[in-house]
Amino acid sequence: MRLVQGNEAVAEAAIKAGCRFYAGYPITPSSEIMHFMARKLPEVGGIFVQMEDEIASLAAAIGASMAGMVSMTATSGPGFSLMQENIGYTAMTEVPVVIVNVMRAGPSTGIPTAPSQGDVFQAMYGSHGDYPVIVICLADVLDSYLLTARAFHLAEKCRTPVVVLSDEIVGHMRESVTLPEIESIAIDENGKAERPEMPVIGRDPDVYYTGLASEDGRVISDLDEYDRLIKRLYRKIGGVASCKIENGDADTILFTYGSTYRAAKAVIKVADVGIFKAETLNPFPERELRKVAKKASRIIVPEMNVGKVVKEVERVVYGSCKSCEVISVATHRRIDPFTILEAVEMAGRV
Amino acid sequence: MMTGFGTPTTAQQAGQASNQDKLRELVKLPTTWCPGCGNGIILGAFLRACLKLVDNKELEMKNIVVVSGIGCSGRVTQFLKFSSVHSTHGRAIPLATGIKLANPELKVVVMMGDGDAFAIGGNHFIHAARRNIDLTAIIFNNSLYGMTGGQLSPTTQEGEKTPSSPFGNVERPFNISELAITAGATYVARWTTFHVKQLQKSIEDALSHRGFAVVEVITGCPTRTKKKPSELLKMQKNIRPLRVLKKVEDQEVEEFVSKYYRLVRELGKTGRR
Ligand SMILES: Cc1ncc(C[n+]2csc(CCOP(=O)(O)OP(=O)(O)O)c2C)c(N)n1
Ligand code: SF4
Ligand SMILES: [Mg+2]
Repeated sequence: MRLVQGNEAVAEAAIKAGCRFYAGYPITPSSEIMHFMARKLPEVGGIFVQMEDEIASLAAAIGASMAGMVSMTATSGPGFSLMQENIGYTAMTEVPVVIVNVMRAGPSTGIPTAPSQGDVFQAMYGSHGDYPVIVICLADVLDSYLLTARAFHLAEKCRTPVVVLSDEIVGHMRESVTLPEIESIAIDENGKAERPEMPVIGRDPDVYYTGLASEDGRVISDLDEYDRLIKRLYRKIGGVASCKIENGDADTILFTYGSTYRAAKAVIKVADVGIFKAETLNPFPERELRKVAKKASRIIVPEMNVGKVVKEVERVVYGSCKSCEVISVATHRRIDPFTILEAVEMAGRV
Repeated sequence: MMTGFGTPTTAQQAGQASNQDKLRELVKLPTTWCPGCGNGIILGAFLRACLKLVDNKELEMKNIVVVSGIGCSGRVTQFLKFSSVHSTHGRAIPLATGIKLANPELKVVVMMGDGDAFAIGGNHFIHAARRNIDLTAIIFNNSLYGMTGGQLSPTTQEGEKTPSSPFGNVERPFNISELAITAGATYVARWTTFHVKQLQKSIEDALSHRGFAVVEVITGCPTRTKKKPSELLKMQKNIRPLRVLKKVEDQEVEEFVSKYYRLVRELGKTGRR
């Protein structure tokens, strides 16, 4: 058992999972990830670089990944906005990279030290065009460790960008945890991943990466072919949706993602509710949610934003069963157990 | 071939032919640049510079990677038969920075347009120069945005009429080479597509240099300027200054990536954890 901070757990998991390249630009509340990587990466033969902005940070992480290194960057809202173009680029070029966004209250500079879940849609849909991106949500310190490690493995497996969403609460929270061993991606003494399927610059001859629509290095302009390409990209992430369900037979289900899960955990101790914890928002755990909705009378969706993911929940639930009601609890205050409990009691009364 | 008539001319021709063959192994022709575009001259000079260094055993083709941005100039990577990356508009330098840091053995060449390198990517350019990272930056400076219709760029002269400056450019242009020198590049040369021999020599030097090396190439865009290629070349003939404007010996300023790796090695030895 040791006392670990959420941001530190992210960084520790990254290195243990095989990450050997970090490029970033300082921003609250994510900077502890950068500080950890700046100290630890050189010790394991990895590379840390502070770039001139977040656009450059993601570009450098992509370049390092093309050259064989498991790589990442971390930021918060303003920096995440700057990264959007290259998120699409890394999806199109099918280069694995992990992008951590420790969400803070926006828009613009907003309240830099306050938590928020305002960036969820940007994480899912922020770059232009149709592209696959895996979005993983961290609920606590153990998640910060385990799910970050999973993010790296998924990025490798699907050759796609993975966005890890934390927030100011999770990132700055310290918890007593036992961090288990995690599997590392196979890397050699130069810090390069094996990646037998992927063209690696410097290892393989005549590698060509382009953001233009292309298959096997051949640029595409035929729209049927383009359609097949985009569908193939989406198929790669099709099977990775993930969630955890507790007391799933309850009449009232709390749909949570990220830090709202911790508040829900307190509620489940005092009220007869179940918890649906979405670990990925992209792809959305639709099948499991549908199953839960068939049995429940109501699904409450607490979020620290204007009510965003509730729209996804409504789409899935109302599309499959008419008897279950979806209730949004959207606020820019911290979601605490009382906020959720109040919603549970209100819903029960009507 | 007839024997006994091995005159210098025949030998030379044979030599040239094999060089042409070698060139053809590096590039997919024809390119999709407009007829008369200066970009092909720059690409030719670059490829011949590579071949020369390969012949001299100073470089291996398998260790060269070209990273380009977006623009007519950025298309260059579509025509190469060796490793290359076509990145996003303005971001070729930071992407190349990641490649170079991850694999210092590689000779990473960055090819960019004037808009790519000095408008949208200007910040990355000066920071790469400041770091003195071992990248070879070749700037295709046609003083306009070729790809998007000929709008003004950061190197368009004052008063110049373009689709985005219909009454004449109100802004002052950058002097790219001066900017590179001031920002800390350790090799800077400036040529035009008229000065092919000198250009090739400077690209060779830039490729052999360890540090941030910049070759600014002034080139013409006949399509957007509606000028004849020959007229554009004639204009380039008298541009000044054209020469190697700066060269700092490798040992005087330590290159960024080798410095980083040296520090990591030292950290490992002293065991400071
Ligand atoms: C972010 C972004 N903004 C705008 C564009 C459109 N665009 C494509 S090329 C280009 C300018 C190219 O000019 P330059 O870099 O000088 O290259 P040239 O075509 O002249 O070789 C622009 C603005 C783009 N591709 N991406
Ligand atoms: S538009 Fe100009 S720069 Fe672009 S390919 Fe044609 S001639 Fe060259
Ligand atoms: Mg241009």
